[in-house]
Amino acid sequence: MQCHTGARNVQKIMVCLKRVVDYNVRIRLKPDNSGVVTDGVKMSINPFDEIALEEALRLRERGVAAEVLVVGIGPADCQQQLRTGLAMGADRAILVEHDDEVLPLTAARVFLRLAEREQPGLVLLGKQAIDDDCNQTGQMLAALWGRPQATFASKLEIEAGVAVVTREVDAGLEVISVDLPAVVTTDLRLNEPRYVKLPDIMKAKKKPLETLTLAGLGVAPAGGLRTVAWEAPQARQKGAMVTDVDALVATLRDKGFFN
Amino acid sequence: MPKVLIVAEHSGGRLNQSTARCVSCALQIEGNGADVVVLGQDCAAPAAEAATLRGVARVLSVQRPENAAPLAAVLAPQIAALAAGYSHVLGPSTTFGKDLMPRVAALLGAGQVSDLMSVEGPRRFKRPVYAGNAIVTVEVPDSLPVVATVRTASFKPAGAGGAAAVEAATPGAELPGHTRFVEQRGGGGGARPDLQTARLVVSGGRGVGSEANFALLYQFAARIGAAVGASRAAVDAGYVPNDMQVGQTGKIIAPELYMAFGISGAIQHLTGIKDAGLIVAINKDPEAPIFQVADVGLVGDLFTVIPALERALA
Repeated sequence: MQCHTGARNVQKIMVCLKRVVDYNVRIRLKPDNSGVVTDGVKMSINPFDEIALEEALRLRERGVAAEVLVVGIGPADCQQQLRTGLAMGADRAILVEHDDEVLPLTAARVFLRLAEREQPGLVLLGKQAIDDDCNQTGQMLAALWGRPQATFASKLEIEAGVAVVTREVDAGLEVISVDLPAVVTTDLRLNEPRYVKLPDIMKAKKKPLETLTLAGLGVAPAGGLRTVAWEAPQARQKGAMVTDVDALVATLRDKGFFN
Repeated sequence: MPKVLIVAEHSGGRLNQSTARCVSCALQIEGNGADVVVLGQDCAAPAAEAATLRGVARVLSVQRPENAAPLAAVLAPQIAALAAGYSHVLGPSTTFGKDLMPRVAALLGAGQVSDLMSVEGPRRFKRPVYAGNAIVTVEVPDSLPVVATVRTASFKPAGAGGAAAVEAATPGAELPGHTRFVEQRGGGGGARPDLQTARLVVSGGRGVGSEANFALLYQFAARIGAAVGASRAAVDAGYVPNDMQVGQTGKIIAPELYMAFGISGAIQHLTGIKDAGLIVAINKDPEAPIFQVADVGLVGDLFTVIPALERALA
């Protein structure tokens, strides 16, 4: 599908970035089982959100969009991830400061306020965050906003106020077409995010980063789900090693297979 | 007393097995049975199928042309309207339910329990977080409906033997026209058993090396009647299509036998197979993490092991 350079389809793209424990960190429970260890642990942009930002930047570079805004919710430390987003190429950032747990419904309500204020033509975010694995926020935002959702996107084409989105679903691939503005949540294979270069990190320091609060936006934290306990998963026991195919087949038959 | 509504998943006139698994979950919340809602353009067949599941009290059938494709934006307002009479609304944690249920929850002003893996009480559940590296217990207050996606691998499908009534329902909801279905493209499964319901699964990783080499796995799977899965590495490398991915962001499966060939065993992959009955791993690298969780391990080259297995099982 061709893009009409010059005739921009989307004035502004809003990308939601969540700060999470880095993908490569080995997750450990705190000794008192009150949560997972995050002190002194490397934090990063949720990898799915990074893919969302990359897609937004490519749309801007192709002339489909004019501006890329990154937004986040969380403690002041989230500025680091938003700065990384600015270094990747976003134009400006908004942090909605909140020190307590942010449930997906709370996040969706905050993003709704930001969407009403910023009027983006497209909201992009990861399909799930790799910490709570909820896979909810994009769908909830779309519902509250009364706009279309296209989840688990592996291809995104925009033309004349419409997004055509290829979605990764259990049965294969599904293509839907949605009117803009819309919420699109990104899957792994949409793109490969760029690396940040040192000069861009320097430049990012000068880009605008606005700080708001939940209360300032008129959002109260959503009631509802309360986490009452944490525990380690039941580990599977390491089994037996066999030395050749005959022994493997004997074991399988012994377990009741292929008899 | 809890009252549970299950959102059925169906395609091609057949009920998806995930619905029967949701029924088992619902029976642990309310032992007297649950209602099932089936939405479609012409969904008489899957509705009739749902009515035969043991534990289903009533089937609501919502037939209208707008429901031809399972578009979340179209289905959610209808489900939210029906949810008024229920304390719990459950859907499967498949791409269908993951897409749809949070939209329902938000319309109801409720949060969602994602990937519900065990029922600890009518409003108390366990679910995995951090790719299954931790399990949390969550509670939903009485003031809100429980909306949840059910981790299907954690519940056995409800059996047949039910005889529920099927009733037509017409929820009053305004349906948006901003979302249109274009097409569905089938995945790599072909005529093989469905990955999510198969008893036996043969799975390949980066060690398979190429799209062409996957033919070896397809042939072996055909020989033993297995479905074929893959690790994210194999999908990312383009060896197989996305719908074959097993793991945190792919399919969570619980076959009786899972045979992993050339899969190193990243935690994100292991989270997709931890409910498998027997895990067998074949890998050239004796240090591969998959051997830490496999019930049976064999250090060896899959290109010699698979033909030898075929001969031995012939």
